[in-house]
Amino acid sequence: MQARYRILLPVISLVVLLGMTFWMQPRAMSYFGLNLLFNLAVPIALATIAQMMVIMVNDIDLSLGAFVSLVACVTATWLNDTPLFGALILLGLIASYALMGAVIHMLELPAIVVTLGMSFVWGGLALFLLPTPGGASPEWIRSLMTLKPPMVPLAVLAAVIVAALTHMLVIRSKIGTVLRGLGGNARSIARAGWNVTALKATAYGLSGLFGVLSGMALVGLTTSADANIALRYTLLSIAGVILGGGEFTGGKVSPVGAVIGALTLTLAASFLSFLRLSPDWQIGAQGAILILVLTARLLFSRKGAAT
Amino acid sequence: MTMKPWVWAWAAAALAFSATLLLTSGRGAGELAYAALSFGAFAAIVGLGQMLVITLGPGNVDLSIPACMTLAGTLALKTMGTEPGTAFVGVAVALATGLAVGCANFVLIWLLRLPPIIATLAASLVYQSVAIWSNRGLRIKPPEGLANFATGRFIGVPNVAWIALGLAVVVWLLLERSVWGRWLLASGQNARAARLAGIPVQAVRAATYLSVSVFAALAGYLLASFSGGAALNMGTEYLLMSIAVVVIGGSSIAGGNSNVPGVLGAALFMFLVVSMLNSYGAGAGIKSVLTGTIIIAIVIAASTRRSRQ
Repeated sequence: MQARYRILLPVISLVVLLGMTFWMQPRAMSYFGLNLLFNLAVPIALATIAQMMVIMVNDIDLSLGAFVSLVACVTATWLNDTPLFGALILLGLIASYALMGAVIHMLELPAIVVTLGMSFVWGGLALFLLPTPGGASPEWIRSLMTLKPPMVPLAVLAAVIVAALTHMLVIRSKIGTVLRGLGGNARSIARAGWNVTALKATAYGLSGLFGVLSGMALVGLTTSADANIALRYTLLSIAGVILGGGEFTGGKVSPVGAVIGALTLTLAASFLSFLRLSPDWQIGAQGAILILVLTARLLFSRKGAAT
Repeated sequence: MTMKPWVWAWAAAALAFSATLLLTSGRGAGELAYAALSFGAFAAIVGLGQMLVITLGPGNVDLSIPACMTLAGTLALKTMGTEPGTAFVGVAVALATGLAVGCANFVLIWLLRLPPIIATLAASLVYQSVAIWSNRGLRIKPPEGLANFATGRFIGVPNVAWIALGLAVVVWLLLERSVWGRWLLASGQNARAARLAGIPVQAVRAATYLSVSVFAALAGYLLASFSGGAALNMGTEYLLMSIAVVVIGGSSIAGGNSNVPGVLGAALFMFLVVSMLNSYGAGAGIKSVLTGTIIIAIVIAASTRRSRQ
C-alpha cells in the first residue's frame, strides 16, 4: 500500500503542474513546446539518480554539483580534444567515487563531511582545468542531445529511458535489492555474508557513473562549460529525490519517482517564467512549490498509515 | 588521560599561522592575526549555531544559514539607512529577522514534519527571494559609528572577535552548566529515551532552531557592517564553512556531543589555511583542492583517534 502511494504523489504533482502550465500557455502543448520545457531536465534527472544511489545507502552527497561541473569541464576540454584520454579521466573519476564510498565505510567517516571536503577538491580541479568559461562539446554528444525523434521529444524520451533502466537496476536486479537492503539494515546484510565495503563502493561508483552522464549531457546542451556550471545540482538533486518519494534513511528510494521529481523541478522553473512573476520572486516561488508538494506528501502518508 | 578533541583544531590553527609567518619571516603577524580573528569570528558565530543543531542528532542541519545572514543584513542596513545612532535599531531588526526565520523553519519541520535538510533548503529559497526583493541591488552603507565599531578593536582584539567569544562562553555555559544544555545533549543522543525521561524534546528542538537563525542573523548583521554593506551573495561561503568548523572542531556529526572551544579553533584554522595558501601563491584551483584535502585529512585523523580510544 505504502509503496504504491510513494509513486502516486510525484506523478500527481507533475500532472497538476503540467496542466497549469498548458492552461497558462497552450502553445507549450506541442512537440517543440515540450522539448523546450523539459530541455534541461535530462542532466538534472541523471544527477538526481546519482544522488539517489548515495541516499539509498543512507548517506548524502554534498559534492555532486561540483562533481558534475568537473565532468562538464573534462568533457568540454579533454574528451573533445583527445577522446581516449578524456574517457580515461572520466573512468578515473567514477573509480574515485567508488573509492570514496569504500573509504567512508572502512574508516566509518560521516559521508556528509567527506563529500563536503570532496566538493572543494572537485571544484578546485574544475577551476584548474577551466579557469574561464569555455571549451566545446564533442560533436557526437551535441548531435545526440539535439536529436529529434519522431512523435516524442528527446527530453521526454530520455527521461523515460533513464527511469526504466534505473528501475530495472535498482528495484528489479539482485544487486539493486541488496543495495537497498544495505540502506535498510546494514548489519543484516553483513551477517548474510555480503562484503559491505564492496557494496558501498558499488553504490558510490554507480552514483559517479550517473554524475558523469549528467555532466556529459549538460555539455551537450550548453555546448561549453565552466567550473560553476552545475553547482546548484547538489541541492536540486536532493530535492528531486525527496520530491520523488524517496527518504533519507532506510533505503526507501524510487528511481521512477526521482526522475519525475527532477522533471517537476525543471517544470516549476518554466511555469514560473510563464506566470510573468517578477524575477525577484522566482527562486522563492520555487521554494514555495517545493514546500507545497512536500506538504501534500504528508497528507498522503497519513492517509496511507490510516488505511 | 587522552587529549581533548579541541586541542587539535587549535594546534592546526597555530601550525597554519606559523607556516604563513615562516614565509614572510615574521612580517605582518599583527595584520594576519587581526584578519584571522575578524573573519574567524563570523565563521565561529554561525558555527556555534550549526553546532547546536547538529547536536540534535542525525539528519539535523540548517541549510538556511546563508539566506538568513543575507536577509538579516539586508533588512537591518535598509532600516538604518546610514543614519547615525541607529545601530541598536539595526540589531533589533536583525535579531527579529533571525527569530522569524527560525520560527518559520521550525514550523516546517514540526507541523509539516519535513526532514530538516529539505525544510531549511526549501525555506532558504524563499528568504533569498525576500532579500533580493527588499535589496533591489542597492548597496546601503552602514552608519559610520557602526562600521567603525565592526572594524575596530578593543585591547588589540577585534570587536567582532569579542562578540564571538562572548557568545561562545554563553553557549558553553548553557551546554555544560544548564538544564537546557543537558536536555539538548540527551535529545541528541537518543530522542526516544529523552522523551520517555520527561524531557520536552520538541521545545528543545524549537529553541535550537531559533538560536541557529538568531546567530546567523547576528553574523549577517556584523558581516554587513564590517564589509561596508550587505551583498546578496555574502552568506554563500558560510554554508559549507558552518558545517566544516563543527566537524573539524571535534563535535560529533551524529549528534549528542558538542564542543565549543573546538568550533572557535576550527574557525580560526579555516581562515588561516586559506591565507597560508594565498601567501604561498597558490592559484584558486589548487587552494580549493588543498582546502578539501585538509578537511578530509582532519576528519580521518579524528576518526582513527576515536577508534583507538
